[in-house]
Amino acid sequence: MHKKLIVIGGGPAGLAAAVSAVENGLSPEDICILERDSEPGGILNQCIHAGFGLHRFGEELTGPEYAGRYIEMAKAAGLTITVNAMVLSLTDDKKVTYVSPETGYVTCSADAVILAMGCRERTRGALNIPGSRPAGIFTAGTAQRYVNMEGYMPGKRVVILGSGDIGLIMARRMTLEGAKVLCVCELMPYSGGLARNIVQCLEDFDIPLYLSHTVTAIGGKDRVESVTVAQVDENRRPIPGTEVTYDCDTLLLSVGLIPENELTRGAGVAIDRMTNGAFVNQNRETEIDGIYACGNVLHVHDLVDFVSEEAAIAGRAAAEKILGKTAPAVHSVSVRTGFGVRYTIPERIDIPAEPAEEVRLFFRVTDIYKKVRLTITDGNGNVLVKKAKSAVAPGEMESLSLSVESLKALADAKCETITVALEEM
Amino acid sequence: METRELTCVVCPAGCKITVTLEDGKVTDVKGQTCPRGKTYAQNEVTHPVRTLTTTVLLENAAAGTKTLPVKTNKPLSKELLFAAMDELAGFAVKAPVTVGTVLLKDFMEPGVDLVACKTVH
Ligand SMILES: Cc1cc2nc3c(=O)[nH]c(=O)nc-3n(C[C@H](O)[C@H](O)[C@H](O)COP(=O)(O)OP(=O)(O)OC[C@H]3O[C@@H](n4cnc5c(N)ncnc54)[C@H](O)[C@@H]3O)c2cc1C
Ligand code: SF4
Repeated sequence: MHKKLIVIGGGPAGLAAAVSAVENGLSPEDICILERDSEPGGILNQCIHAGFGLHRFGEELTGPEYAGRYIEMAKAAGLTITVNAMVLSLTDDKKVTYVSPETGYVTCSADAVILAMGCRERTRGALNIPGSRPAGIFTAGTAQRYVNMEGYMPGKRVVILGSGDIGLIMARRMTLEGAKVLCVCELMPYSGGLARNIVQCLEDFDIPLYLSHTVTAIGGKDRVESVTVAQVDENRRPIPGTEVTYDCDTLLLSVGLIPENELTRGAGVAIDRMTNGAFVNQNRETEIDGIYACGNVLHVHDLVDFVSEEAAIAGRAAAEKILGKTAPAVHSVSVRTGFGVRYTIPERIDIPAEPAEEVRLFFRVTDIYKKVRLTITDGNGNVLVKKAKSAVAPGEMESLSLSVESLKALADAKCETITVALEEM
Repeated sequence: METRELTCVVCPAGCKITVTLEDGKVTDVKGQTCPRGKTYAQNEVTHPVRTLTTTVLLENAAAGTKTLPVKTNKPLSKELLFAAMDELAGFAVKAPVTVGTVLLKDFMEPGVDLVACKTVH
């Protein structure tokens, strides 16, 4: 079997990429979307709270409503979504192998592949909390699926480790459903979650948030019976004597997400150690020609609106490549991270002879800084772009745009690297 | 005169808003980036409201889905959130249902409806 375009993953990224490919001239019959779950929509199906779509649709939607909009758009574009289809492997020459109850084991080749597999949660194993391994320890996302989709509660008295948005949202959700959330503790001196979630998920319900705290012990043999929390010093080591033990039956972990890149690695696509996703150019094309990546599989996003936007870029680029409309690059520039910047997307800019549009660089900072200037400098230290900000935080994506003129100048000067950095003012 | 510092929860921007009150009446609101922030701040110091999102039981769904995500179409008085959850404890909806369908009219408060957030066949 052969398709012009295969999209792996039917979450918001995969759907937006496929819709964009159709908008840019590809016929929907030439596109195959493979989704392992029984319905499209990805993780949004379990995110029943509101807060999605303000940028994209100008109104505040719940996760299922946002997903529903894209499922409708995909249908309207004439696309079919193959559900219950689990992709097992991808090769560097773009052969995709999947299994599904209807079709069995299928290998399909493609002119282009878009990776949109999303991310998964870090688990306790990656964290090494001492103690035995009783039942009652869940990632916050697993608990979210149990409560919101399967319809049952994982526990009654809960401690949450990690103050990312999923942990905060679950603190409120479990409370509304009748559980007692004893506290949320966060290793860092600041919360990774949005300020609004601290107010409406914790303060509204008088749930304490302990910053610079971690879990040091889990009691109980068959089921969690207690969780011990201690304060940490500036090196994030527990301070003896500060331990407090809570009687509880459940520990939720909300300690971060990791892009799901097994297929990507299997195809030999180079992975950026900082994003845990593929290295990409501004079209979200990986280092293998015709393989693109977008959404949480590329880097962890906080807003699904930006996932849709990024996926549209990948979808358009894949359609243009398939239809032979891509202008070849005459020069490549690699994007480096300077002071205060953890990673950038893209990591590489491929400049055609006549660049037609600006390139927007997305990045995350390493820490909370007040009063800063964000800059892009070329290899000779000339500042190409600068922007002042009153505050930046690792939880929020920043961006700077390189104009068409700057791109031309970089190509003309054969400049090989540019650097994105932050200066304190 | 009294001032209160609030974090607007209406959108992810989370603006810091300062409200000035005199004899329990709002005289000034500062720090919001948009008009919705002002409404939020006025409500928050007089009569706090929140949109409720939750799930209800779903029967008869083709794919065996057991729950239906729902929300209030307008924010509800904050103190009614737990009562609303109790009210919905035994409430079940039969598939098929379409996103946006009003499931309970004037739910808990006049003018606030409970609506479906998902289309299920
Ligand atoms: C538990 C959790 C809660 C979140 N809560 C929020 C939130 O409250 N607000 C917010 O803005 N963002 C939230 N996020 C981030 C959210 O995931 C993104 O905003 C967005 O959903 C990412 O879209 P995506 O399409 O990249 O990934 P996903 O939505 O994860 O979709 C990926 C899809 O790919 C499919 N897939 C994966 N591997 C394969 C394979 N091998 N074969 C076939 N199909 C495959 C999956 O089944 C899934 O449907 C949350 C993330 C997680 C993990
Ligand atoms: S004031 Fe407006 S922009 Fe600021 S958080 Fe509230 S709704 Fe959002």
